Amino acid sequence: MIGLVRDIVTSLGNAGPLVRLLVTVAIMLASALIVLGIVLLYEGFATYAERKVAGDIQARIGPNRVGPYGLLQFVADGVKLLLKEDIIPFYADRWLFVLAPYIVFTASFAAFVPLSYSEHVYVADLNVGVLYIIAISSVVSMAILMGSWGSNNKWSLFGGMRAVAQIISYEIPIVLSLLAAVIVPASLDMKDIIGCQAGGLGIFRWLLFNNPFTLLAFFVYFIAAIAEVNRTPFDIPEAESEIVAGYHTEYTGMRFAFFFMAEYGDMFVVSALATTLFLGGWQVPFIGGLAMPVWLRELLEVAVFFGKVFLLIYVMMWIRWTLPRLRVDQLMDLCWKYLTPIAFFNLIGASIWVLAFHGKGVYDLIAGLYAH
Amino acid sequence: MAGADEKFMQVSMGPQHPSTHGVLRLLVKTDGEVLSSIKPYIGYLHRGLEKIAERVTYPQFTPFTDRLDYLASMNCNLAYAMTVERLLGIEVPRRAQIIRVIMAELNRISSHLIAFGSLSADMGAFTPFLFGIREREFINDLFEMACGARLTYNYIRIGGVSQDIPGGFIEKAREFLDYFPPKIKEYNDLISYNSIFIKRLADIAVIRPEDAFDYGITGPNLRASGIPWDLRRDEPYLVYGELDFEVPVGRGEMGSTGDAWDRYMMRIYEMEQSAKIVRQCLAMLEPGDHTAKVPKVLKPPAGEVYVRAENPRGELGFYLISDGSTKPYRLRIRAPSFATLSIVPKLGKGVMIADLVAIIGSLDIILPEIDR
Amino acid sequence: MEAKKIYEILSGRFGSAIQQFQENTLPPSIVVGHQAIVEVCDFLKKAEELEFLSLICLSAVDMQEKGKMAVVYHLGSMRQRHTIVLKVELDRGSPHVRTVGTVWPVAAWYEREAYDLLGVVFDGHPDLRRILMPEDWEGYPLRKDYVYPKRYHTWDV
Repeated sequence: MIGLVRDIVTSLGNAGPLVRLLVTVAIMLASALIVLGIVLLYEGFATYAERKVAGDIQARIGPNRVGPYGLLQFVADGVKLLLKEDIIPFYADRWLFVLAPYIVFTASFAAFVPLSYSEHVYVADLNVGVLYIIAISSVVSMAILMGSWGSNNKWSLFGGMRAVAQIISYEIPIVLSLLAAVIVPASLDMKDIIGCQAGGLGIFRWLLFNNPFTLLAFFVYFIAAIAEVNRTPFDIPEAESEIVAGYHTEYTGMRFAFFFMAEYGDMFVVSALATTLFLGGWQVPFIGGLAMPVWLRELLEVAVFFGKVFLLIYVMMWIRWTLPRLRVDQLMDLCWKYLTPIAFFNLIGASIWVLAFHGKGVYDLIAGLYAH
Repeated sequence: MAGADEKFMQVSMGPQHPSTHGVLRLLVKTDGEVLSSIKPYIGYLHRGLEKIAERVTYPQFTPFTDRLDYLASMNCNLAYAMTVERLLGIEVPRRAQIIRVIMAELNRISSHLIAFGSLSADMGAFTPFLFGIREREFINDLFEMACGARLTYNYIRIGGVSQDIPGGFIEKAREFLDYFPPKIKEYNDLISYNSIFIKRLADIAVIRPEDAFDYGITGPNLRASGIPWDLRRDEPYLVYGELDFEVPVGRGEMGSTGDAWDRYMMRIYEMEQSAKIVRQCLAMLEPGDHTAKVPKVLKPPAGEVYVRAENPRGELGFYLISDGSTKPYRLRIRAPSFATLSIVPKLGKGVMIADLVAIIGSLDIILPEIDR
Repeated sequence: MEAKKIYEILSGRFGSAIQQFQENTLPPSIVVGHQAIVEVCDFLKKAEELEFLSLICLSAVDMQEKGKMAVVYHLGSMRQRHTIVLKVELDRGSPHVRTVGTVWPVAAWYEREAYDLLGVVFDGHPDLRRILMPEDWEGYPLRKDYVYPKRYHTWDV
């Protein structure tokens, strides 16, 4: 996208600096709107999918009234949420209360920026993409604390405290396990990371199969990521049977919807990150090397990327509707006594592997044996 | 808010709270997540049933017993009918006795299904609840065949049952008995032996046998503490004496005897036993009267009786004093949940909020019976 | 153990405090003087071969015609498999009896209910408040001469 902006701005020739600025802003805005549209559409689809998956697991039908197969259910939900009365509790801290949902949503939305959906479809090619996502998604915890404190409700406060403790704790295993993966391509840039996973019969160059440590790192990352997005079995910040609805107890209508959408947005981001780092991103398995028109290749890549992401999201939904919830202290035990040490030693192991084999993965080593 | 002990935060859990199983209010003092004291407040559903009983005739009170423990109306009907029959000296025909046992045991299954499901839902796993509802639906259909109602049956009347079971009932009941036991295995696979679930319940809120006696705990909760006491076996009424069934007791499989997991598991075991009882009863059914000859106006002789029966939640007792008129002089209802709730303040000291939910759920209290 | 035998053991030990044996109720009941109720209960719970570990039910009964208020204790022993009923008859004007919450903790709740609905005062009870009715309710609804209030706060009853 930045490249596109540069090209267009250059093609403007000798236009004045104001025009250049305006054009730049306009393009930025337009691309932001496109992404927003896609994100909203995805979120609508995800809520629908969640309810259908839940229905399937729970031996019932799920939404089937609005539109064919209930596909338009999310539109109806959106309209309903928009029409709901917007209640701000009398004793709430107005500023914090009003601001929190926007920050949550913004943070979740901003994390979509550095994702690479195919070789040429991406918003921004940041050279610190992974770091950026980790940083921006931490903002969520701050916003949740704002909302929970601002609500002036004890259940909200419980939820907010739990959320902050949980998100900050789980950030550590997440970062450590991501590090174990990114030291192989030695880059934080999404394009480089995905690029190094090409070939190898389609899937064996994925960082997941690069070495035993990255395989373990993937599972540590995925477990921690479920906690990061507050989903069952780690949904204690909004555990409805314990603390009513946690930090969004007092939120109604559209403000509640922002929290809700942020959760689904975060799900996408963590799954996309897992896809990018471990599952080869948009690399099309098996037929990636064949010659084909650019548009077809791009289409395939986007489809493959989304397919992998949705598979991970499906696993999250599956887990959510199967498992009960952990208790707060058990959740912290899991993080500090198991995931963090595992991730840490894993990182050391992965570093040694990279040093010892000069960054070659298991597949390359085996293929190398046969080549001789 | 705090006053003398400002170290603690005082939170009112209920009367509107997702996991207080009705309108129970628990005033809890917490130090962070840890509870320091619990004060239950009840009476939100107080309808003065004991006063009403003094103003209506004996048969007129039967529908009110439906509203005691609405998840086990049949059992409540049964206990009341037996009380009045004891006072009047009515001998119930054998067929009616067998039908009563069938209904009582089916209702026990449906009640335990809700107990099992709602405890799972309290632990954050919502799917088992809907599985329970699915099987309960079958039983509700059976009851609808028999009496036309699906919740408040008013089927077991003084002297027998309101009408004979309809044609096709036995076949449908047999179908249920073939369908149900495999489902229990499904529950066990899904949730009972789930390690998170066990972690949440094992060693939580252990009720030692002496405490169970002191606090008047009965039914599955008592048996979970290792006391093999079941009125159906130890003070047999109806045809229970002729039936072959086991009384499961808690063995501390996952922790200490009498912990929340044992209490949960009692319900699973009892459902198996109840299915066994119903199967035997269906085979025992012979043609006969469905009700004894009961005079139009019931005028029991002056006297007093206390009759108790094994309900899904413990011993339901009716202490009935008659002065020889058509209305009870005094009807005292000994509700099992009332006594059970009295141990909650003792169990709830020093546990976490999430454990309190487990305690309430595993004790399986029901509010209309507590408040009467 | 037979109820008659329990009665004999009790009257042998407590003498005149054990007032009467009623065989026509089910289960049979023993009328106990209200001064001795806690000692009798304690004995019944702890004595070997009696072991009344459970207080099954505690009820208060308004016996308006006799001018008395009765408190009825249903006791049971699961190990010995026997039950017995104890009765205490109190003056209806000011019914006072000592609490048995020290013997069976569950009595604390039953006694609160008896106090709430019939106005029996249990001396020594640590927390004698209304339990089912609102805290500011007037009168004791289960008494036979209870007059229904027309209004409660701003509501028509």
